[in-house]
Amino acid sequence: MSTLYLAQDPTLADFGRDPWWLVLIKIVFAFAFGLVATLLGVWFERKVVGWMQVRPGPNVVGPFGLLQTLADGLKMAFKEDILPKKADKVVYFFAPTISVISAVTALSVIPFGPMVSIFGHRTPLQVTDVSVAVLVVLACSSMGIYGIVLGGWASGSTYPLLGGLRSSAQMISYEVAMGLSIVAVFMTAGTMSTSGIVAAQADATRLTIFGTEIPAPGWYAILLLPSFIIFFIATVGETNRAPFDLPEAESELVAGFMTEYSSLKFALFMLSEYVAMVTMSAVTVTLFLGGWRAPAPITTFWAGANSGWWPMLWFFGKVLILVFVFVWLRGTLPRLRYDQFMRFGWKVLLPINLVWILVLSGFRKVQDLDTPARYLAVGIPAGLLLLAALLWPTRRPQPKPTVQEQVNARPHGSFPLPPMDLQVPPSPRTRRLVAEREPANIGAAPVEKEV
Amino acid sequence: MTGGQAVLAATGAVTGGEAVTFWILAPLALVGAIGMVWARNAVHSALWLVLTMLCLGVFYVLQAGPFIGMVQIIVYTGAIMMLFLFVLMLVGRDASDSLIETLRGQRPVAVLLGLGFAGLVGTGLYRALQGSTPVGLEQANAEGNVQGIARLLFTKYVFAFELTSALLITAAVGAMVLAHVERRKADKMDQIATMKARFAPGNYPGPKPGPGVYATSSSVATPARLPDGRLTERSVPEILPTRELSESETTLKGTEK
Repeated sequence: MSTLYLAQDPTLADFGRDPWWLVLIKIVFAFAFGLVATLLGVWFERKVVGWMQVRPGPNVVGPFGLLQTLADGLKMAFKEDILPKKADKVVYFFAPTISVISAVTALSVIPFGPMVSIFGHRTPLQVTDVSVAVLVVLACSSMGIYGIVLGGWASGSTYPLLGGLRSSAQMISYEVAMGLSIVAVFMTAGTMSTSGIVAAQADATRLTIFGTEIPAPGWYAILLLPSFIIFFIATVGETNRAPFDLPEAESELVAGFMTEYSSLKFALFMLSEYVAMVTMSAVTVTLFLGGWRAPAPITTFWAGANSGWWPMLWFFGKVLILVFVFVWLRGTLPRLRYDQFMRFGWKVLLPINLVWILVLSGFRKVQDLDTPARYLAVGIPAGLLLLAALLWPTRRPQPKPTVQEQVNARPHGSFPLPPMDLQVPPSPRTRRLVAEREPANIGAAPVEKEV
Repeated sequence: MTGGQAVLAATGAVTGGEAVTFWILAPLALVGAIGMVWARNAVHSALWLVLTMLCLGVFYVLQAGPFIGMVQIIVYTGAIMMLFLFVLMLVGRDASDSLIETLRGQRPVAVLLGLGFAGLVGTGLYRALQGSTPVGLEQANAEGNVQGIARLLFTKYVFAFELTSALLITAAVGAMVLAHVERRKADKMDQIATMKARFAPGNYPGPKPGPGVYATSSSVATPARLPDGRLTERSVPEILPTRELSESETTLKGTEK
């Protein structure tokens, strides 16, 4: 079965041999995939969020409201394109295009499937692959920041500028966490090309424990779970999606960097956001979820699941699940405060990532050692950790003074406080009124209002 | 198109694709460099520089260094230029260069010197590289570009690399120590502590009296009067001195004649 895999797996040598029309077809396909994914993605998101909030969502235009996004897009195209007086015209025009271009370009190194035959040509289902393909994705996302930042700056008003500044700080910070979590993938796969990483996740790693060989799962989401979690959190931060959508926080910044944008330029920003979401999902699938390979139970009773055009189905299924998680997060979590968000990135994700990389490289080093050295290499750090945990000074919580003690501790002449048991003494005036009043009508119900 | 091809292309003679890419991007890089110097607006200047840096990144990829090319784009263009932009935006969007020349005649001299320097470097490089053939690129990239760089960085140049990172970290920590003011948790007043301070003896917990706004005066500099007729300083903002009203201020307004 492994020979079958090897036959399907494209290597770097398989790229760059296509005729020009095939390259064109692939590029157009990747681009169209981005656009269609946006059209369906907006509909999907609104439908799912509606479902989570117990309302129908878009259901008027087309079957199941499928054409709602198309209608919205057309409406947006015919709206007035407003150019603010203080806007920097050239930069204001270029910002959304930079955003879209960098979001779409990243799709070019995503492997959609294995080697297939298109009009008689054996070719991988991937626009191109280079030896540093994952870095191309990172470069694209770092170029995408320019679109947002310049859009915020060129609008010439305050809220967009604040949104742009926020986004630059946010995306740079989360790119660090993201890059570090990919390091673990590079170390395990031994390559930076996306097709190579997918191929590396194909076969289960064999762990030899006490003489028996145990096949460990091949997906890096399981092998490198901390990296996977951090990477996914970082992608949410990187794509400006809720709960990390601080650059466009409605409650604070109106619409952030796109406040002044309207018509097609706004549509471009929206397009880039959804394409980035799909791209990032695809990258996550490629790096951690086995890429286009069929999930585990399918391959055991259907050997052909990983050949031909079927892998595209698994790929799209996995991407769809991740997009659903994005929408799910948006429907569930409230937006973080800016300082909490930055603290989370720098003080939680980054240190965990560094420690995890250290542990991982330690593991890989230990694997190369012979048995006595291996025990020493594992035992000494473990012993040190245990000692540190044992000898760590504990902090005893001070008993909290009761309310009465706090009241008694107040200095003389403090502002008068009401009694602490909250029993308000009855007003003497009310009692007098009730007592002095003559009963007006004996037969009527007693008056109870004044008390 | 791919990294493998680029590596092949750079080992031997200049291929067609490489030449075309170079002759498209090299003028763009120069335009970016000139635009960076010429642009009046600081942000425009930074954007021109971004263009030049992107072109340089592609050049590195063409010269069989895909890793350094991507690093150029991610680190220099994506992170460092972005931090520059960050600062420039905070400065304000109307901050442009002033056109007033403080040193008379420095512009033509600077242009002349710049051209001379460029000519010197250009001819020097041309004469130095004329007829020389690139050697050893295949050996360097034998086990892959990234692997080759990693091997050098972690064996031969590990000390230099560590020193550089130590230098950078020292600079970053120094900047943080100088600029960052952190209050300890104990010094931070939470809501309960603020309320305790407010109701502590010696502090009047109510709102301050408003400044004296009378029919005769509507100035915030006019102090309010206490019930016993004294003026109270608490009603006047701290930056304004308490003062008696002048004659013109006490005369009724709008009632002359």
